[in-house]
Amino acid sequence: MAASSLCLIGCVALWILAGTALAEDLVVAKLDRRVDLTSQVARTLVSFKIENSGSDPATKFLFALSKDQFDHLAFISAASVSVKGKSRTQSAPLTVKEVEKKEDPSSDAVYFEISLEKSLEQGQAATIDVQYALTHTLTPFPREIRQSETQLVLYHDSAYVLSPYLVKFQTTFFKLPGSRVESYTKVEPTKLGDKEIKYGPYENVSPLSQAPVTLQFENNRPFAVVETLEQEIEISHWGNVYVTENYHLKHTGARLKGGFSRLDYQAKGNGVSAFRYLAAILPPRAHSIYYRDEIGNISTSHVRNEPKRTIVEFEPRYPLFGGWQVKFTLGYSVPLQDFVFLAPDGSRYLNFTFGSPLVDVVVEKITTKVVLPEGSRDPSVEAPLALDEQHQEVKHSYLDTVGRKVVVLTKKNVVAEHNVPFQVKYKFNPLAMLAEPLMLIFGFFCFFLACMAYLHFDFPISKSSAAYQARLQQEEVLDLLQRFQKLMKRRLFEAEKLEAALRDLARTGDVAPCKASKKLVDPTLSKEVKAIHEALQATSRSSSVNSKVEALITKEKEKHERLLQKLNLTVDLYERKMSSKEIDSRLVPHEQKYTHLKSEVAELMDSLDD
Amino acid sequence: MERGKKIGSTGVGGGALVSGSGKRAFGTVLAALILCLIGIMAFSIRLFSVIKYESVIHEFDPYFNYRVTKYLTKAGIYEFWNWFDDRTWYPLGRVIGGTVYPGLTITAGTMWWILNAFNIPLSVETVCVFTAPIFSSFAAWATYLLTSEVKGRGAGLTAAALLAMVPSYISRSVAGSYDNEAVAIFALIFTFYLYVKTLNTGSLFYATLNALAYFYMVCSWGGYTFIINLIPMHVLLCIVTGRYSSRLYIAYAPLVILGTLLAALVPVVGFNAVMTSEHFASFLVFVIIHVAALAHYIKRVLSPKQYSTAVSFVITFGMYEPAALIAILAAMVAASPTKGWSGRSLSLLDPTYASKYIPIIASVSEHQPPTWPSYFMDINVLAFLVPAGIIACFLPLSDSSSFVVLYLVTSVYFSGVMVRLMLVLAPAACVLSGIALSEAFAVLTRSIKYQDLSEASLLAAVDSTATLNSTNENEASVKEVKDKAPKRGKKKTVEKEVEKKRKRLLGLPMEASAVGILLLIIMGSFYVVHCVWAAAEAYSAPSIVLTSQTPDGGLHVFDDFREAYAWLNHNTGEDDKVASWWDYGYQTTAMANRTVIVDNNTWNNTHIATVGTAMSSPERQAWEIFQSLDVKYVFVIFGGLVGYPSDDINKFLWMVRIGGGVFPHIREPDYLRDGHYRIDSQATPTMLNCLMYKLSYYRFAEADGKGYDRVRRTEIGKKYFKLNYFEEVFTTQHWMVRIYKLKPPRNLVSAVKSKKRFL
Repeated sequence: MAASSLCLIGCVALWILAGTALAEDLVVAKLDRRVDLTSQVARTLVSFKIENSGSDPATKFLFALSKDQFDHLAFISAASVSVKGKSRTQSAPLTVKEVEKKEDPSSDAVYFEISLEKSLEQGQAATIDVQYALTHTLTPFPREIRQSETQLVLYHDSAYVLSPYLVKFQTTFFKLPGSRVESYTKVEPTKLGDKEIKYGPYENVSPLSQAPVTLQFENNRPFAVVETLEQEIEISHWGNVYVTENYHLKHTGARLKGGFSRLDYQAKGNGVSAFRYLAAILPPRAHSIYYRDEIGNISTSHVRNEPKRTIVEFEPRYPLFGGWQVKFTLGYSVPLQDFVFLAPDGSRYLNFTFGSPLVDVVVEKITTKVVLPEGSRDPSVEAPLALDEQHQEVKHSYLDTVGRKVVVLTKKNVVAEHNVPFQVKYKFNPLAMLAEPLMLIFGFFCFFLACMAYLHFDFPISKSSAAYQARLQQEEVLDLLQRFQKLMKRRLFEAEKLEAALRDLARTGDVAPCKASKKLVDPTLSKEVKAIHEALQATSRSSSVNSKVEALITKEKEKHERLLQKLNLTVDLYERKMSSKEIDSRLVPHEQKYTHLKSEVAELMDSLDD
Repeated sequence: MERGKKIGSTGVGGGALVSGSGKRAFGTVLAALILCLIGIMAFSIRLFSVIKYESVIHEFDPYFNYRVTKYLTKAGIYEFWNWFDDRTWYPLGRVIGGTVYPGLTITAGTMWWILNAFNIPLSVETVCVFTAPIFSSFAAWATYLLTSEVKGRGAGLTAAALLAMVPSYISRSVAGSYDNEAVAIFALIFTFYLYVKTLNTGSLFYATLNALAYFYMVCSWGGYTFIINLIPMHVLLCIVTGRYSSRLYIAYAPLVILGTLLAALVPVVGFNAVMTSEHFASFLVFVIIHVAALAHYIKRVLSPKQYSTAVSFVITFGMYEPAALIAILAAMVAASPTKGWSGRSLSLLDPTYASKYIPIIASVSEHQPPTWPSYFMDINVLAFLVPAGIIACFLPLSDSSSFVVLYLVTSVYFSGVMVRLMLVLAPAACVLSGIALSEAFAVLTRSIKYQDLSEASLLAAVDSTATLNSTNENEASVKEVKDKAPKRGKKKTVEKEVEKKRKRLLGLPMEASAVGILLLIIMGSFYVVHCVWAAAEAYSAPSIVLTSQTPDGGLHVFDDFREAYAWLNHNTGEDDKVASWWDYGYQTTAMANRTVIVDNNTWNNTHIATVGTAMSSPERQAWEIFQSLDVKYVFVIFGGLVGYPSDDINKFLWMVRIGGGVFPHIREPDYLRDGHYRIDSQATPTMLNCLMYKLSYYRFAEADGKGYDRVRRTEIGKKYFKLNYFEEVFTTQHWMVRIYKLKPPRNLVSAVKSKKRFL
């Protein structure tokens, strides 16, 4: 600033010429200023009626603010107004441009150049509205108050509007939040009304003249200032936009002197300048709203869904008195289709409201990070407001490989007027959405593949180690056991057939099929069993397996013999044509023994499975 | 094995076509699936706290662990070892790296680091909150391994399922309960598993793993001394009962050497691993096992006759040396002031030790002996199943099952001393109950399975007894026999035989076994219902957030603690010192990020006594004590307005006792009227003038007009008084936390005056 002003001093002479020429041409015929001091932000609306008294057509209009006010300026805009009788409508916004210009070095005015809608010919008049908002201009005085006291603030301004032009007629209204006015400077004519102070009308005020006024009045509105706001807007093309806002909030009103008494606060309702409730206006269909701080959830909040908006009302952990601070996080999700759109050229753009959704706060510094999905390209920002800084970062989030592009926007001194939509444009291929699921699938696939490989390959370093031998042996034993079990099953199968034949015999009394069935018995089986048994004995260390197998073999043999015996006996008995009762009684012991053996064999087979 | 088999065969159904290995594979897969489900259950039953409240760290100690983890993830492991924490124990500070069991924090830190390496941006807090449930799943799996090593896969699965939801363990491992025990119980069970595994296999590989698991346990929890005493006890038991084997040697000797070396690596243990008497048992048994090994070797080398001569020779001459050794050892132990034992360990051996000598240990509720209801609350039906499990372990007794029994017996004793050690009992109870349940189910289901055998088989069995060889006898003993035989009416002798046989075969009638199964299932469901209730209602409250039902059915939240901590964090100076009773020290450093005078670590009794004395002193003396400690804010917990019983007034007598233990001018009887602790108009003047009373009840009477304390259920004794040295700066919504600021010292003139007056 210093450097630029230095070099500009060189140009002053030139400016004076141009400026004065312009200034003398235009005259403010009527000026109406309304300053709204009801909140912590001083909002001013100045309505100029300008006339061109010179000969050259005027295209620009200069608006001036004192250096003091300029330092607190958060927002300024201008609009041309069409007046029809008594009704005034703001017809078109005009561009406002700050110009570094000094009438003379001692003056502390800062100028804004407002381009007129159409050039003003000689004698013509136009009406222009200039709106601006100043933050931190209401300073608490006294600076420290007790819990039971109310908060008084000071406001400094000028009774005359600072203007490089001659102002023929002007009035100023200061709108106050309450009727209590401690003191105010009188610049006659001055009139104190209910919740209002009127300065003026003044006539023919010469250019750049000022008449400082100071107002001291009661203002208990929350002086909630967000010192820093970090906002992260994360776009997920799976259907969501996640918004996370980290607040550092401070009460910038008169500091609390002495202690805070909960008793007085609860029972007597002391502490009028403190605030307890905050509200945020979120977009419609906002969901998954959370409100927490670094030590956990804060339970004092509720959400109201309305068709046009979602209102979150919440309380900080404790009521905020002057000088107290609090940090918290507000997060929510909104549906993707409400905020991300497809541009005609195939790229996508996010359309989101800038600034904080909190009502009635001033944000000293906002950092908005728009996190684009992984794989998006060429981000660009379109914002209808002056940003202080803008750059790009890369963020790694869930399973990212290349990272997500992040557009970072920074702005200082943000008020509600800045809550206008801005756009972030980017190119995105929907196929990129599949990258992460595919990566996961591939990862698990590799994992299972590795498991399979591990189970199927032979890893031991030493093939002669005891453990390796033991494993080989165990496998062999298992193999033998399996074969053995197969054989046993075949035996069982045979036995079942024989039994079936016996049953048939009992039913029909026909001996022939039964005899034939005897031939079904495979004599080689027992040999095979014997072979396996020997092999097992050779390999297996485990005596338990061997003993089990042995037991099974003996049992099985016994059972088999029993069965054959029974069969033979039955056939024999039938051939002797004995009465069925007699046959039964003779068979009973065989039958019993056989069933017993059968169950034992079954159990042994089962136990072998282990 | 029976249960495993059952799973296999029922799963297969017909089974004739499926080969044995197929069955086995299926059984394995099914067991793996069941284990997965058990793991998920163990995890999810602990999420009640997150669902009912929020994902937040619980209680006191977890906040410290969380803070340490945050530091670890931020500063790295080397910084962590060297961390000198100047935010606590002002003005002494604390060397965190050297005084903390690092297992938990390093575990969670590693988990966080791995997740972040995969770009999964979970916060440290989230990882910490869910560490305990994750390790509960691991603990359930470790229980499966341990039990199946002892009694087979079926018992393993049952025990794992029981452990996954045992209330005692849930109480310490709900989501958010980020404490050492959360990982230590897993480490404990896993170490035991590896010990039993080594004992069963005699593999040096498992012995090494065992030492590593023991190392992890040492890193995690001071309870590692339980392991290093239990295992030697078991080894000694094995040697004494003549069960010495090379497997036992491999299971024990490497553990002592490697384990002690590894344990000495942990800064908090260091040379304690060889210097304190908690570890002496292991070294003694180490010597004994070598003697036993030598004896075995000599026995093998010498002939029996020579051996007996050698034994008598050694016994005659060798008695002197051990006697001398023991005498020296005893003298050394006796020479040290606490006889080489730390206070907590001593209170284990002598339950009355703590209350007699160390009020600070006795003042912690979890160091009190448990009551009978708490056994039922914490292990529920397991208490009834455990005896059955012990019996099952003796049929037959093996090295591993004797270990489990020994584990149970010792942990029952310890849990009887300190309610906190109920946690060590829980896994033992689960293992034994798992064995009991599984055996019971095996018997009952087998009874039903073999129902279809005809009565004839029974008779045949009787007939064939004579002819059966010994193998058959064995097989028959596990065999089931049907019981309808007597009804059919055979010969009387046969009937008797049948009776006898059935008894020997452990056979049960169909109806009885069905009823038995039904009862077991009912008992199991009762257990499940109780566990879910305990998890949901009893153990999930984070204790920093309280809730109560409003008359209209809504939920009223008392979030006063965090309100106060947030206020301190944001509205006091960065380096201001905050004094409170030590219970809230960890929370203040973690949540409010302010320097505290004392915290839950309780390592310096004098310092705590100083704060206790300040709280018990009149305002001026208290102010002087706090001023000397550079304290700027003092806060007290006060439940009198809303009826929160664990407030500072109820803890106050402990402050008096602990303070009086170091500063004798604080005498407990001064605060009691006829031996009763009261704060009403009958209270003693000392009580009504002490700082704690004043800070708690300052302007309390103005709130409702008469000063009715809803915790003590009485009107307070002194209602209207002023504070001269303290200033109320913040009181939370329900008055549960009241923060006061020390008034600045008066200027010189008046200070001199007051001094004169005082002199």
